[in-house]
Amino acid sequence: MAGTLLATSVSNPFTAYIFAANEPDKSKPWYGIGIDIEKCIGCGNCAKACKAENDVPKEPFFFRSWVEQYTIKNDGSLKVQSPNGGIDGQTQDIHEDEIFKTFFVPKMCNHCEKSPCVQVCPVGATFESPEGVVLVDEKYCIGCRYCIQACPYGCRYLHPEKKTADKCTLCYHRLKKGLNPACFEVCPTGARIYGDLHDKDGVMHKFLKEHNCHVLKPNLNTGSKLFYNGLNAEVR
Amino acid sequence: MPPQLKTLLPLLVVFICLFLLARHFLIPESFGKYGHYRANSLDEIATLPTHYVGKAVCADCHDEEAAKLASDLHKGLTCEVCHGPGSLHIEDQEKGILVKPGSREFCGTCHSLNPARRTEVIHQIDIKTHNIERVNCIDCHNPHAVWEMKE
Amino acid sequence: MDHLYEMLKQVDGYIYPNEIELHWSILIVLYPYITGLVAGAFILASLERVFKVEVLKPTYHLALLTALAFLMVAILPLVSHLGHPFRAYEIMTTPQPKSAMAIFGFIYLWYLMVVLLLEIWFDYRRDLVLWSQEKKGFLSRLYKILTLGVSDVSHKTVAWDEKLGYFITVVGIPSAFLLHGYVGFIFGSIKANPWWSTVLMPVIFLFSAMVSGIALVMFLYMAVSWFRKVKIDMPCLDEVGKYLFYVLVLDFTLESLDQVHRIYEAGESFEILHLLVTGKLTYTLFLFQGLLGTIVPIITLGIFRIKKPNEKIRKPLYLMSSLLVLMGIFFMRWNVVIGGQLFSKSFLGFTSFKIGLIGMEGYLMALVWIILPFFILSFFLWLLPPWKKHAEENV
Repeated sequence: MAGTLLATSVSNPFTAYIFAANEPDKSKPWYGIGIDIEKCIGCGNCAKACKAENDVPKEPFFFRSWVEQYTIKNDGSLKVQSPNGGIDGQTQDIHEDEIFKTFFVPKMCNHCEKSPCVQVCPVGATFESPEGVVLVDEKYCIGCRYCIQACPYGCRYLHPEKKTADKCTLCYHRLKKGLNPACFEVCPTGARIYGDLHDKDGVMHKFLKEHNCHVLKPNLNTGSKLFYNGLNAEVR
Repeated sequence: MPPQLKTLLPLLVVFICLFLLARHFLIPESFGKYGHYRANSLDEIATLPTHYVGKAVCADCHDEEAAKLASDLHKGLTCEVCHGPGSLHIEDQEKGILVKPGSREFCGTCHSLNPARRTEVIHQIDIKTHNIERVNCIDCHNPHAVWEMKE
Repeated sequence: MDHLYEMLKQVDGYIYPNEIELHWSILIVLYPYITGLVAGAFILASLERVFKVEVLKPTYHLALLTALAFLMVAILPLVSHLGHPFRAYEIMTTPQPKSAMAIFGFIYLWYLMVVLLLEIWFDYRRDLVLWSQEKKGFLSRLYKILTLGVSDVSHKTVAWDEKLGYFITVVGIPSAFLLHGYVGFIFGSIKANPWWSTVLMPVIFLFSAMVSGIALVMFLYMAVSWFRKVKIDMPCLDEVGKYLFYVLVLDFTLESLDQVHRIYEAGESFEILHLLVTGKLTYTLFLFQGLLGTIVPIITLGIFRIKKPNEKIRKPLYLMSSLLVLMGIFFMRWNVVIGGQLFSKSFLGFTSFKIGLIGMEGYLMALVWIILPFFILSFFLWLLPPWKKHAEENV
């Protein structure tokens, strides 16, 4: 049985069939993402750059990537916020004496290999590319929004003008030119990394080996390829 | 065979034929090449315009600033994280003017005090009280050489 | 987008930034409601045909024509809600086989053409032939076209009508289950949404569909009889009431089981769902769906099972029960569809539901979709009046 780490391929053909997943193309990289929560300073540059690079509508209702601030108070209560997706930076309103623990969690599409959003698209407008990037064909999408309902991580939105589903593309157009995706390019602390999960000498293998990594909502078996280091139990 | 079926069955066959014909014309040609999707969309997405050009491209012209930055605390940053995406600037320097930010609010997005930030990861300052007689951070600090104080 | 800024102010707790807007609004509440009515009306009709419940005969044709009228409208809220309605054909040309929604195009087409249209055609063919001979002018030509040229009304051929119609009805029963069951599966298979994700969802949808369909036929039978100023066949109405009661009890049991199970297991999502049910869904769930839409009709119809009051009292109570049930099942769809989108998938907060009066997804448009089938049904009842069907010739 394949574990959740490494996520080098869907565990068996039957599972692949159910999830409408294709076998990864061994000649191409199989992209995974690593986010180090201990390094994130919540500056919001990633979310800002993403909108600038991908012409995402500027209103605070459409995000391909955003940053959440978690604050666990001494009484155990939890407060989570992401004002305008964290694009303008974040402030802490709660007094330091009341805070037990606080940290930032950047969020983006997990580019799941057993993606529930790919599974439910009725027409084949969303799919996983041979490189493991989940994409939307905006010329084919009928705008039924089933994928938006199916994503457990809240990564998708309906583009207000195109009226099709939209989401993080891992800056596929940049990857193809050998450039870094925008959010990875601008992160000032190196909290975000990405790379080929098939590359045993690559950054992803190193990241997974050196850290104790976790994915969001593992019980849903999405095959998420976004691995967090330092993911606290409270994070949703 | 009863007359009903003698009429209905040919109708059914005609309907199926029409459906298959419609399918032939309506399904896009690249559909199904790599999976249940239109393979051409991969190329369409791959050829979308890029807006961030990357540090190496900026350094081509702005080699002085790039050299200064390379030995500074800010060396891990790309130029565009502060100055914004550079693609328009590359095309047309007149129209594509980039910002040169340096206000407390701007620098504070990374450096302001926040208990969620680890001090070993980022140097933090209380932007409300630090040297309040000066207005902007860049009044004293050179962003490309942060400890080279301006007088 | 002004309404979105309004909604942003009303966010309670934390929601993922993309979750501010509800994507499946009143039109997606209407679609399962309407197909539920279709499936339920058809099951009632098939009770008479296949299970030989003779006493239901006065409602047989009415139920079939009702199913057809509503099915013709069912697709409209669905297509009009799409971001790109003119691409809707893609569901027929390239259905993605792992998607429950992809089955829609084919099951809809199958049910419309093969099950409903054919069954009605087999049932009315002899009358169409005779009417085309009795009427004059345009109407005569219309009837002739509808006969599809099969104008043989000999005993042998009419016996074939009966046989083939019976066969279609038998095939139609699982088809009706599939027509509405797949909608329940669409919701029930979304593991990301704990309000929807339950094994019981297709079953609950089916049983509530049957409840709503039976209630609709009950209401329409009374309404049409009143319009035509003819006496209601009380044994028929009592029988419809009996089936309504039993299916209501089954539906209520299933829904209660779902909730009890959810409360007992109290999984990760329990707390937010508890807040949802006792907060935003209080009126729509407990009052409209539960008390008025289910409990009151169950008690009323249940009392009839023990002791029937006289006709004068039974008739208005049947009317009230059928209308309450119709309302209750509408709110059941509402609570599932809208309720499932009110809470965040982070389980940490709520958004709000905003609906306007005008626009493709407004109240007025929804009203149009609900009223339109009644107009279509009136047309069918005028074109194919069940009470003007020619009596069967004796050999």
